[in-house]
Amino acid sequence: MDYSTDLLNALVLITNYVLIPSISYGSQLALGAVGVTLVFGILRFANFAHGEVMSFGTMATIFITWWFQSMGISMGALPTALLALPFAILITALLVVAIDKSIFSFYRINKSRPVTFVVASVGVMFMLNGLVRILIGTDEIIFRDGQKFLIKAGAFKKMTGLSEGLALKQTQVLTFVLAVIAVLALLWFLQRTRTGKAMRAFSDNEDLALLSGINPERVVLVTWIIAASLATLAGVLYGLDKSFKPLVYFHLLLPIFAAAIVGGIGQPLGAILGGYVVAFSEISATYAFKKFIKYIYPGDFVPEGMLQFLTTEYKFAVSFLILVLVLLVRPTGILRGKVL
Amino acid sequence: MSYLIGEKLTGGYGGPDIIKDCTLSVDKGEIAVVVGPNGAGKSTAMKALLGMLKLNGGSVKLDGQDITSMSPQQRVAKGMAFVPQNKNVFVSMTVEENLEMGAFLRRDDITETMEQIYDLFPILKTKRRQVAGELSGGQRQQVAVGRALMTKPTVLMLDEPTAGVSPIVMDELFDRIIEIKRSGIAILMVEQNARQALNIADIGFVLVTGENRFTDSGDALLANEEVRKTFLGG
Amino acid sequence: MTNSKRALISFSIMALMLIMVGYGQSWNVALAIFNLCLISAVMSMGLNMQWGYAGLFNAGVMASTAIGGLTAVLISYSPVSKAWSVGGSSLSAALVSLLLTIIASVVIWKKIPKSSKRTWSMTAVLLLGYGFIRFFYEQGTYAIEAVDPAKTGFLGGLGLPILFSWLAGGVAAAGLAWLIGRIALGLRSDYFAIATLGISEIMISILKNEDWLSRGVKNVTGLKRPVPYEVDLQQTEWFINLVNWFYGTADDGSALSADVMREALQLSAGVFVKLCYSVLFVAVVLIILGFATRALNSPWGRMMRAIRDNETAASAMGKDITSRHRQVFIIGSAVIGISGAMLTTLDGQFTPGSYIPLRFTFLIWVMVIIGGSGNNLGSIIGAFITWFVWIEAEPASLWLLSNLDLFLDETSPLKLHLQDVAPHMRMVLMGLILVLVLRFSPKGILPEKAPDHY
Repeated sequence: MDYSTDLLNALVLITNYVLIPSISYGSQLALGAVGVTLVFGILRFANFAHGEVMSFGTMATIFITWWFQSMGISMGALPTALLALPFAILITALLVVAIDKSIFSFYRINKSRPVTFVVASVGVMFMLNGLVRILIGTDEIIFRDGQKFLIKAGAFKKMTGLSEGLALKQTQVLTFVLAVIAVLALLWFLQRTRTGKAMRAFSDNEDLALLSGINPERVVLVTWIIAASLATLAGVLYGLDKSFKPLVYFHLLLPIFAAAIVGGIGQPLGAILGGYVVAFSEISATYAFKKFIKYIYPGDFVPEGMLQFLTTEYKFAVSFLILVLVLLVRPTGILRGKVL
Repeated sequence: MSYLIGEKLTGGYGGPDIIKDCTLSVDKGEIAVVVGPNGAGKSTAMKALLGMLKLNGGSVKLDGQDITSMSPQQRVAKGMAFVPQNKNVFVSMTVEENLEMGAFLRRDDITETMEQIYDLFPILKTKRRQVAGELSGGQRQQVAVGRALMTKPTVLMLDEPTAGVSPIVMDELFDRIIEIKRSGIAILMVEQNARQALNIADIGFVLVTGENRFTDSGDALLANEEVRKTFLGG
Repeated sequence: MTNSKRALISFSIMALMLIMVGYGQSWNVALAIFNLCLISAVMSMGLNMQWGYAGLFNAGVMASTAIGGLTAVLISYSPVSKAWSVGGSSLSAALVSLLLTIIASVVIWKKIPKSSKRTWSMTAVLLLGYGFIRFFYEQGTYAIEAVDPAKTGFLGGLGLPILFSWLAGGVAAAGLAWLIGRIALGLRSDYFAIATLGISEIMISILKNEDWLSRGVKNVTGLKRPVPYEVDLQQTEWFINLVNWFYGTADDGSALSADVMREALQLSAGVFVKLCYSVLFVAVVLIILGFATRALNSPWGRMMRAIRDNETAASAMGKDITSRHRQVFIIGSAVIGISGAMLTTLDGQFTPGSYIPLRFTFLIWVMVIIGGSGNNLGSIIGAFITWFVWIEAEPASLWLLSNLDLFLDETSPLKLHLQDVAPHMRMVLMGLILVLVLRFSPKGILPEKAPDHY
């Protein structure tokens, strides 16, 4: 086999195991992180309940999906969950707004310290966590239906004659497409609409926004609705791609926070960037590069070790290391967000 | 009776009273300047007019109507505009967006007002797509004033608009303020640069430890020996 | 109502509740709850120092409990000499490489001025160091983990009495806290919370995966107890006599039948063992409470509160806030570390998989806030109430469910589902209690004393 085939193989290998998974996982993190960053920008606290909102939204989607399936409604090759998504977003947004009105608004009126909000969000986290477990249980749930693969590894090998296969799951493409649509819609909203601009103004300079007659409660309301919608979308995409398990969603909180801070807290664009940075680092740091090196090294050289920087169990450590690095080197994040 | 008048204002930020029996007033088409030493409560007095602190006494009247119990937002809707000393622009937004935010309460067409502001501050027009945080100090002040004018206010209140800008920029800014006054707006400003400010003032208030010490026309205050010696450095 | 009255009333109610559990369910259950209440009290006192005294939002309580638990293993388990002989030297070499790398990089950082030369030599040293560490480490751990993997496969411990680990656990947790503090202190509260949460997650990942250290998810079981074993007690003469004396004779005056006697022995042995633990735990709680109260009322405590209430003013007065924070963070973590060692001692096993933030971090937060931030007695009562609800929420909701029999028959899927999920009621309850307390009684059951009272 000649060297150029080797290089192609290496490219396919890295695309299959690092690039594609990073893009889909990164999109999921990005959607979650945008919610965290918006809530931080407007309400000025780190919402510890965000992972649970994702979990709740996904649960709502699963229930509606099951209901649709029981009625024989489906979307053919696409997952039924997509059909259920708008309804689940509605339910989740209502819940989150209700939580804001019943819990957070009190501290807003009293101008409580940010840390009080954080503690309250811990309470909300407990309640939502329990609620989800009570309603749907703790088992792993796979709710994906429709076509699984767009490109199968075997078919790819046959088609190209390469020894490395490339598999592309439908959910990975869906994740990326939906995330791009959601992000573009959000950016359009923030840049072009009156309410979106008011949100940016409020996040930038609260006092001046009040002096300009911007209604804070409306800004907060819209923020929660957007955060809840994106959280539901992120949760459903993650669940479709992998599976739904309440405990896993709690653990997503850390990479999501990392993404928001790395990107520059309060900066939606930064959060998106941060999502991809965290996902790419997590996946490449835990990927064994042995085979890759074998391909790209001219001649017959097989590295001795697995060339894996960290074992997959240390995924969290990666997001955290990035977090620490950013805090030390550039506390405002990539896109110069607020310094907490 | 003046258009905007705060009578015998007494209050502070929850602690001890910072201003005591302090009276400020301004009429349409007039510039009123508040001067005094550091810590005299100049800015506090102005914030009292806007409803940003807790009053223990006194009243605020706008166009004859008692607005003492209104929130700052309500007063803004009534035609009062305020330019804070610090953090007076949305740094992450463009000049144009800053102006738009100023007109947030308006539902009518704002392009005409925006053009007026671009006429007043031509540099803003060329920089209208630029982010306000990247502008120079003087340009930022122009954005801040422009933002406040977007509501088509009847009263414009400025808290030390020339703090931290060069003398040339200051003169320029004062010229603009006179121009604004000519359009029939009442202007109330707090100033560190007392001499220059009193030069353009129709009426001046000298505050000391939260109380009125002198109140007179700008020229008269400049001519007053005691004011000159004590507050204007000779 | 004064605080002492409130304290008296709330502790009496708590005692009554536990006694009710003793009569209603069993004394073994009541004592089991009581013991964990005591451990929780130590945890919440530790967190109270950080949050209540100093206002530090530590979301990594779990890291301290886990390292305390690890210490219990490392102190009490007998050394696995074979593992030491096959892997000890490689592991030591890895450790030496690590130290050398750190020293070399520090030297480079300090000696060479900022330049591309520094960057390159730094990178070279780090890469080289990483290579060496990795090489020795893999060699060592591979060898160690191969030693009788079903039973040991780790280095074991020092084989000392487990009680030593309570102190050592505190020291270890203090060391870890020093390290965490280096990274995270000085950040604003939200960042600090996220950073500590992250470190605690990493800590658990390490414990789950480093099999050579504590067998990872294979768990270490059978840790030696500081108190007698039930089976031994049942054979011991004085204990049998004690039980005989306690239960006396049957109602008709005759001696108890062998069956009844055996049951009584089993029950009493369980209760006795738990009581032994209780005595030890109560002693720890009292000692820490004593220290904590003195510290809180000392000039040091006043300064801490001053910093908490107004950081800007305190720093303007020349207080070094970060170093004060580091102090209190280390002390609080040490206390939590002690509780971690106590917990592992009580369990007799170390199971890294059981450490989850909801139980080991956020539940402790609920305790401190319910009890009253800044008040040590409050932390104790908060721990008692919270743990009691945490444990009893499940039986209570099952009991409620059984009363639903009127509406649902035994086989209805809804009822079966509800029975399955009853344990999760406690999550909802905890959240609800936390939110309600925060809203309607933010100072907690026993509010912090206003400084002008003394």
